Amino acid sequence: MITLTVDGNEVEVEEGSTVLQACEAAGKEVPRFCYHERLSIAGNCRMCLVEMERSPKPVASCAMPAGNGMVIKTDTPLVKKAREGVMEFMLINHPLDCPICDQGGECDLQDQAMGYGLADSRYQEEKRAVENKNMGPLISTIMTRCIHCTRCVRFATEVAGVPELGAIGRGEAMEITTYLEKALASELSGNVVDLCPVGALTSLPYAYKARSWELSHTSTIDVMDAVGSHIRVDTRGNEVMRVLPRINDDINEEWISDKTRHHIDGLASQRIDRPYMRGASGRLAEANWDDVFAAIAKAVKKAQPYEIAALAGDLADAEAMFALKTLMDTLGSPHMDCRQDGSVIGKQGQGGYLFNSTIAGLDEADAIFLIGANPRHEAAVMNARIRQNWLNSKLRIFRLGEAVDLTYPVTELGTDASVLENLVSKGGPVISALKRAKRPMIILGAGALNRKDSAGILSSVSMIAKTVNLVTPEWNGFNVLHTAASRVAGLMMAFLPAKGGKATADIMKAMEKGDIKLLFNLGADELDFSKRDSKTTMIYIGSHGDHGAEQADIVLPGAAWSEKDAIYVNMEGRVQHAQKANFPPGDAREDWAILRALSAVLGKTLGFDNLDALRAALISAYPVFGNVDTAQPARPKVLGRKQAISDLPLTTAITSANGGSDNSRNFYMTCSISRASVTMAECVKAFEANNDVKAAE
Amino acid sequence: MSSLVAAARSFLLLEIIKGLGLTLKYLFKPKATLNYPYEKGFISPRFRGEHALRRYPNGEERCIACKLCEAICPAQAITIESEPRPDNSRRTTRYDIDMTKCIYCGFCQEACPVDAIVEGPNFEFATETREELYYDKEKLLSNGDRWETEIARNLAADARYR
Repeated sequence: MITLTVDGNEVEVEEGSTVLQACEAAGKEVPRFCYHERLSIAGNCRMCLVEMERSPKPVASCAMPAGNGMVIKTDTPLVKKAREGVMEFMLINHPLDCPICDQGGECDLQDQAMGYGLADSRYQEEKRAVENKNMGPLISTIMTRCIHCTRCVRFATEVAGVPELGAIGRGEAMEITTYLEKALASELSGNVVDLCPVGALTSLPYAYKARSWELSHTSTIDVMDAVGSHIRVDTRGNEVMRVLPRINDDINEEWISDKTRHHIDGLASQRIDRPYMRGASGRLAEANWDDVFAAIAKAVKKAQPYEIAALAGDLADAEAMFALKTLMDTLGSPHMDCRQDGSVIGKQGQGGYLFNSTIAGLDEADAIFLIGANPRHEAAVMNARIRQNWLNSKLRIFRLGEAVDLTYPVTELGTDASVLENLVSKGGPVISALKRAKRPMIILGAGALNRKDSAGILSSVSMIAKTVNLVTPEWNGFNVLHTAASRVAGLMMAFLPAKGGKATADIMKAMEKGDIKLLFNLGADELDFSKRDSKTTMIYIGSHGDHGAEQADIVLPGAAWSEKDAIYVNMEGRVQHAQKANFPPGDAREDWAILRALSAVLGKTLGFDNLDALRAALISAYPVFGNVDTAQPARPKVLGRKQAISDLPLTTAITSANGGSDNSRNFYMTCSISRASVTMAECVKAFEANNDVKAAE
Repeated sequence: MSSLVAAARSFLLLEIIKGLGLTLKYLFKPKATLNYPYEKGFISPRFRGEHALRRYPNGEERCIACKLCEAICPAQAITIESEPRPDNSRRTTRYDIDMTKCIYCGFCQEACPVDAIVEGPNFEFATETREELYYDKEKLLSNGDRWETEIARNLAADARYR
């Protein structure tokens, strides 16, 4: 520890801290633009000048290491004068366009000019003007406003791992540019908007839409991937205007992915706002609740219990799944599944399907073996964490599966899944690296778990885990990388085939044969229901008109994620409560409430009348849901069973930014909401254009 | 003695005669009342009357949708929605003032960085229905066009005190 004096108060800070951090520890505010806790130190804005004893000049506190016995002063006339001087220089070339600037009202420069600047300008000369740059469909640039703090450049290089931003020119002629005038090829690009202390980089989809003071804030949880990032939803009236990250060091630090940030225009389009029923003409027609419930009751009466099935989609909340599961249990049907991708995990205990090392544990890992996983596109925020670790340590990363640029070097083992069998029997550099590592990790992606031979893959991985000592009392290196926000909650409450029940693929097959007469589809949109037997009835409960609703016979309007208080469980088993930010449109209701109302019509009334009662029932049935906001890793048992692994290439669930030739599974469009979003569609287009540029080179 | 004087005053109706004298005096003074609506009184350049949205001489509307008037309005009478215009400039798509809420405090024109929203000299905008007092952007702009000469003159007259 280092002891130093700040404004007469003695403070202790950790070794390696800067003077700025010491001032903060002493409770003194130091203005800054370029310094950011999660980026490297640049020291180029000079706003954080403080007076240091025995130094002839004021020092930049962000770049000055704290030393024992230093005497720092932050409130002397010299410091005040220095700050006023720096601020005056800063404002020389900054346009006075706050009224039309989207940053106005939440601008660091505005605030600090009020707090530390002079009241008037003495500058009479011409101001500088800079050409705007193209940074893609998410970032709007007004580069005249730039104060050259280089936070965006450092973010792109260090955190996002796409060194496509840089500065050219010197002094007044300095400009931040993308060099090639193309979209920033990162899934985290939206974060530069938050980082920019002025209005040079602002959000393009949000341009001129609202002012910061008009918005009401709701702290909630993101559902676009299984990371469960903490976000803040800003609404005006009933409209979701934007999504911002909240700081949570255990999950998303301070970043969120572009999909999380910008899919929200999809919340308002393609909505199902009233019940629909397929009429005699074969078209979906508007209906009222009584009629659709009566139709469902008739269909349920006609079907035998074993002819009823239920599927839960990727965005379903825990309450809705629990309500549906309870309904299926009372109807006596064993056929239900929450794994619409056909994944095989879930039956062998919590340790077998969680991200057991925890996301924060990625910082400690010293060897990572990715199997069929693509963290960059399946969990973008997490990938930044792996990259940080790689930057700071000697982390080695191996991959079996599709080669995708992950922003850090990876030792490739090819795409042939049967390599795993060789690794078990003969070992190899991966095995020895994992063995040597103190904190080894194996990350299994969805691509490895939804194959016909996944049981064999799991069993091989189990054996590797044993050989390399993956799980010790103080470290658990077995990890499953989920892509769906609903999945872990579904697995935890065993929304899985009960005894004699059918899994997703079997349900689909049975529907084709007509063995399943009635399907409750809770927002499962990634499956093709068009081949089902004409006599099967599909009831779709969901928020958006997508693949599921299109094929359904009866459509019930549900609430989207921002419109309900709900529980989501992230891939670490962290139970998180999302808050309602706005109201569902039209007749749409919260999914559990629809199921509760339906159960009364079916004469099988569910035993809860409100959300609290539902949650109490959920927690008493599955106590794991009562443990809120903590990761709940568990020791994995021996998984899978002996099964030959085919040499089919191992793919990943989400291949790339734009999904290659077929746009089916790309980063920007993975669910019904993001598919309804115009912004996401524009992103896909922009990255196709980027790829064309690459191909032309 | 004093009671005698009081009695004399009341019998001689002195107070009434004094009052009539005053009336007679004012009969020959100039009139203080105006024959409204044929005559109108003096209005200060700072008079805060009916709102108007102004334009630049080239016809471009001044308002840039900064929403400072909406923020400052103590009666919350102003509602603004905005989005980028096709030429990428910041403009309102909706600018409503609920004149039944407005308290004519003039904060909106004080807050406006481009002198777009102003309270003009017009005070004769009574209507027969409430609905007519919910002003939209079109109405406010037409007010601006109609009153621009007076508004510009008033602003110029008051400029040195602002």
